[in-house]
Amino acid sequence: METLQKIAVPLVAVVLFLAAWEALVWVNNWPNYKMASPSDLPPAFWRFRWLFLEMGWQTLWRTVLGLGLAVVVGTLIGMVMGFSRIARDGLYPLLVGFNAIPKATLVPVISLIFIGQHDFNTVLMAFLISFFPIAVSVGIGLSTLEPEYRDILRSLGASRLTIFRKIALPKTLPEFFGALKVSVTLAFIGTNLVEIVAPHGRGLGALFKSGETNGDYPLMFAVLIALAALGILLYYAVLVLERIFAGWAERPQG
Amino acid sequence: MANLIDIKGVSHAYRTKSGPLPVLDNLNIAVPEGEFAAVVGPSGCGKSTLTRLVAGLMKPDSGEVWLHGERVTSPRKTVGMAFQNPVLLEWRTIVDNVILPLEIVAPRMPQARRVERALHLLDMVGLSGFESKRPSELSGGMRQRASLCRAIVHRPDVLIMDEPFGALDNFTREDLWQTMRDLRAAEPFTCVLITHDLRESVFLGDQVFVLSGRPARTQMVLKVDLPADRKLDVLYEPRAQQMLHTLRDQIRIAQGRDGELH
Repeated sequence: METLQKIAVPLVAVVLFLAAWEALVWVNNWPNYKMASPSDLPPAFWRFRWLFLEMGWQTLWRTVLGLGLAVVVGTLIGMVMGFSRIARDGLYPLLVGFNAIPKATLVPVISLIFIGQHDFNTVLMAFLISFFPIAVSVGIGLSTLEPEYRDILRSLGASRLTIFRKIALPKTLPEFFGALKVSVTLAFIGTNLVEIVAPHGRGLGALFKSGETNGDYPLMFAVLIALAALGILLYYAVLVLERIFAGWAERPQG
Repeated sequence: MANLIDIKGVSHAYRTKSGPLPVLDNLNIAVPEGEFAAVVGPSGCGKSTLTRLVAGLMKPDSGEVWLHGERVTSPRKTVGMAFQNPVLLEWRTIVDNVILPLEIVAPRMPQARRVERALHLLDMVGLSGFESKRPSELSGGMRQRASLCRAIVHRPDVLIMDEPFGALDNFTREDLWQTMRDLRAAEPFTCVLITHDLRESVFLGDQVFVLSGRPARTQMVLKVDLPADRKLDVLYEPRAQQMLHTLRDQIRIAQGRDGELH
């Protein structure tokens, strides 16, 4: 019963959403070049099925690679900020300032610096846009560690590295995964930004762009749906990882 | 000699924005091996600083701290600590929490022997059957019991406790006093207990050190002449009541309110 509900409720919600969308287009009698309806999408998907697979894969691996870089670098920056006050005071304004720059403005800059390196540029942007939440959450998690936790091991003569490995790192995991859920969406935005804006791009963003160039609205909407599907896939992948590594932080409900 | 813990003329001040804030002033505390020292004093008189000094987590501005005939200048492996907050690691089971110090102090000890030792202690404090639970599944009193097991699992010379029972309700607290008494009978260790509870200091202590208000000096030392295997009832006997009276008066003096209530 409960599992049925768990599957049925989101499913019904999706169906209702699609029905409302279809109805909106029908009632207003909008032509295809104004707004595509859900019933236009399956033919679009079918027509470009190989392109979708190829481009979807491109977008996916760049996003995941960029996010992976963000996890490594973001965690390192967070560690430095969490352990050293001076580093925190020095890095914070830089990071906040960098984060405030709309990343779309960086695309031409990056494209100019690394001309023609489309894969590299895309991964770089996915990384740049997504490391900030991870760095901040790891930094805050480490710097707010209650001193008693540290004292328990420090009084036994444990090294800083041991304290980090045994206590600080696992204790920060719930915050880390909270940030990762934000970052995974951001990385996705970063990838698509470059794919859409950069000339001669590849990936789903480029497919979207070509739909726009050719006035193929059903294709553009189909790309949006594919992006949403990939986004959901990545988000739930993070959820699964969180269950495995930080499941202890989840309180039983009720 | 013979004193396991010897705090000699220790003074310490914290640097704050408005100048140095002296917390300890020529403090002297001596605890013979195997004895239980309870330290009481008004709030904010530097008692927690004392625990960090004995544990070697910080150095005093002046004076010396000696453990086992060696001057303490850095953390030693022979110390166990317990705080008011049980600070159990939520991602570990209870038994894995208890063996944590062994992972640091005895990295070569086989896991099976660590677990055996932890289970033995958990059994002594009445937690057998809870070893594979997570800390969040236990009550406050049970968590504090597990925290005590962790503090002594590596057989420390010295157990330092900073108000370990302060956040518990009265009945749970009295239960834990008795657990503490039984643990000491089974596993001898020298103990420093920081507390706000005078009854606790008399029930558990061999000596009670009353600290003055900040900066703290040793204002008075009370020898507790009660049998080692005391029962809770002893607290209601005249000799214990007399001691509690004395301590209460001393605290009043320490708070600087001598004339106020007379």
